[in-house]
Amino acid sequence: MNKDTNALKEEVIRISGANPLKCMRCGKCSATCPAYDEMEYHPHQFVNMIENGDIEPLMASDSLYKCLTCFACVERCPRGVEPAKLIEAVRLITVRQQGMNHLTADAVPALLDEDMPQQAIVSAFRKYTK
Amino acid sequence: MQRIGVFVCWCGTNIAGTVDVQAVSDALKHEPGVVFSDNYQYMCSQAGQNMIIDAVKEHRLTGIVVCSCSPRMHEATFRKTAAAAGLNPYMVEIANIREQCSWVHKDMATGTEKAIILGKAAIAKVNLNAPLTPGESPVTKRALVIGGGIAGIQTALDIADAGFPVDIVETKPTIGGKMAQLDKTFPTLDCAACILTPKMVDVAQHEKIRIFSYSEVESISGFVGNFDVKIKKRARFVKEDVCTGCGACVEKCPMKKVPNEFNLGMDNRRAIYIPFAQAVPKVATIDPNACNMLKNGKCGVCAKVCTAGAIDYKQKDEIIEEKYGAIVAATGFNPISMEKFDEFAYNQSKDVITSLEFERLTNAAGPTAGKLLRPSDGVHPHTIVFVQCVGSRCASCAEKGKEYCSKICCMYTAKHAMLTRDKYPDTEVYVFYIDVRTPGKSFDEFYRRAVEEYGVKYIKGMVGKVSPEGNKLKVQASDLLNNRQLHIDADLVVLAAAIEPDKSARPLATMLTASMDTNDFFTEAHPKLRPVESPTAGVFLSGACQGPKDIPETVSQASAAAAKVIGLLAKDKLTGNPCIANPDEWMCNGCSSCEKVCPYGAITYAEKEFRMPNRTTAIRRVAQVNPAVCQGCGACTVTCPSGAMDLRGFANSQIIAEVDAICK
Repeated sequence: MNKDTNALKEEVIRISGANPLKCMRCGKCSATCPAYDEMEYHPHQFVNMIENGDIEPLMASDSLYKCLTCFACVERCPRGVEPAKLIEAVRLITVRQQGMNHLTADAVPALLDEDMPQQAIVSAFRKYTK
Repeated sequence: MQRIGVFVCWCGTNIAGTVDVQAVSDALKHEPGVVFSDNYQYMCSQAGQNMIIDAVKEHRLTGIVVCSCSPRMHEATFRKTAAAAGLNPYMVEIANIREQCSWVHKDMATGTEKAIILGKAAIAKVNLNAPLTPGESPVTKRALVIGGGIAGIQTALDIADAGFPVDIVETKPTIGGKMAQLDKTFPTLDCAACILTPKMVDVAQHEKIRIFSYSEVESISGFVGNFDVKIKKRARFVKEDVCTGCGACVEKCPMKKVPNEFNLGMDNRRAIYIPFAQAVPKVATIDPNACNMLKNGKCGVCAKVCTAGAIDYKQKDEIIEEKYGAIVAATGFNPISMEKFDEFAYNQSKDVITSLEFERLTNAAGPTAGKLLRPSDGVHPHTIVFVQCVGSRCASCAEKGKEYCSKICCMYTAKHAMLTRDKYPDTEVYVFYIDVRTPGKSFDEFYRRAVEEYGVKYIKGMVGKVSPEGNKLKVQASDLLNNRQLHIDADLVVLAAAIEPDKSARPLATMLTASMDTNDFFTEAHPKLRPVESPTAGVFLSGACQGPKDIPETVSQASAAAAKVIGLLAKDKLTGNPCIANPDEWMCNGCSSCEKVCPYGAITYAEKEFRMPNRTTAIRRVAQVNPAVCQGCGACTVTCPSGAMDLRGFANSQIIAEVDAICK
């Protein structure tokens, strides 16, 4: 792993607060994913690719935007890996690099809904305001 | 003043390679109390031991310091040597200059310096040593086995065969445990009942074994060799010694809709019942929550049809008090509840079952008489999905599952899948696995046979969702090796539920003052070298109460526990460890801190009369240590706020002297 990819991997882990090393490769995330068929890289591959430092192919893939951020994988994962948070982190890095953050800080309070995970709102707005 | 002899061991080159042994024995010669100091190649050899014996006689030694390996290795050896030379064995101290010195240092200078310091510390301690004599206590030659599953049965039979009386306490109306509910056993596929029930009969007929069924342990006091136990024999409303087990009462009982726990609620039993045909004791039991006669005095049919006159509606719980020398915990396991695993729809569909329920569905004595039929509509299923690791290896969901591997599921699932394909070749059988773990004799061959000969479809991946639709179960799962998501229309889904210790284990551990891990499995005294003993003396562990186990392993452990019990009961007197807690009654302020921290329940308090100044007396509450129970762990000595508690052989003054010697 070269220095750049390692830095990217560290960034993903830092932003997500998740640890891909917890994964025991059971595949329950992919088994539970409702958007599975539309994805090039599936949730379990996301986790494994991040662990291996293969972040660039993930950043270039459409799969980033196929994730519905429904958090089913986070809920069902028996090891607490939190794949959706890892995916979200890669998405965030991509958006930051491209300067395409569609959400302004001022707009956020009005959009908040107590019942919805905040992360879902944030990622949804990034995707649907393109 | 002591006359101390110092003996420095080379341990071949193990010590001498990194420690200048001559320099060590020379340096220690001048320590206070030392009158003799020498070194030798192997102190533990016969020649080395003779050297110690000769030196004791020649120099009239009163204390010995051996600078050698860890005391775990040879402390016992050198204590025997001291005894042979006429010294009290507890006048020996070991300075560990191998594991804690020569093996961890690379250069001679630092190794030698540290060896000298360790030697000085041991000398400082021996200067304060006093001869110790271990106490003795008698042994009650009877064992108690708590739990009547295969573990308890095997332990009881082995102890009884050695000639010691054994009592088995079982909460259910019959012994047999989980094994009695199983159909076939892996990897040889013997029928569980065919190999278990003869053992149950052996237990019933053994003149040295008493069975207290439908009973539980109420309280335990005492200590190794001398336990006092109260056993509550619950009223079964049938006279055990009169009932012939003919079953006439069961047939005539009008209360027909009581969920049958032996078949996991998949069919019904009567209010008066015998759990299964080969039950031991084969005696009927009345369920007081279901019986009309007991609830409102209206019925009495069973008493009318019983020709033996065994029914006794007025029977009361009975308390039996007995003394035991040893206690074996064999409380076993249960599958965990599937209630919280919403994704598998266990609560939504009757056709999502656990593996133990599957076991009953395929058992000839089960609710379907051995025919594999769906619980919902009684139709023969064609597509069956087995899901492994449901709740096992589940680190993120402590409220749902267990972090450990349940160990037995891979094999029983292979068995279920194989037997299904064998009996019903028209079925499609899928097994979803994370890893297949088959480390046992003939285990992997068995699993491979399921795949290669019986065509069971093993898929690496997990089931994410089961949703009932019509009479089908839609299974959504991942197939990791082919990188695809699968959608299977299943007729039956079988969940390999994690196993957990029986709920009775935790209160029992409290009564026994035996330690448990965070999962409520009993802790063994040493995970490798003392696997069937609890750290609490006189308490032994048998079967799955110590950790998940299959039948062969359970039986081995059960026999091992029996061997340990026999070893204990064969002794007429128990020699204790003299290095035990020793309270100074004058300093004790009666605060009870030591009583609370003692993991063995060795400390009690007593009111004692003390002579005070000017011919007065005072009653004070002071700590008392039971020498037969105390294990010398030292927890009380560090807890005592007034410094009243001391450990014989490891007194605070001795420890401080060691520290002083090191820091000088």
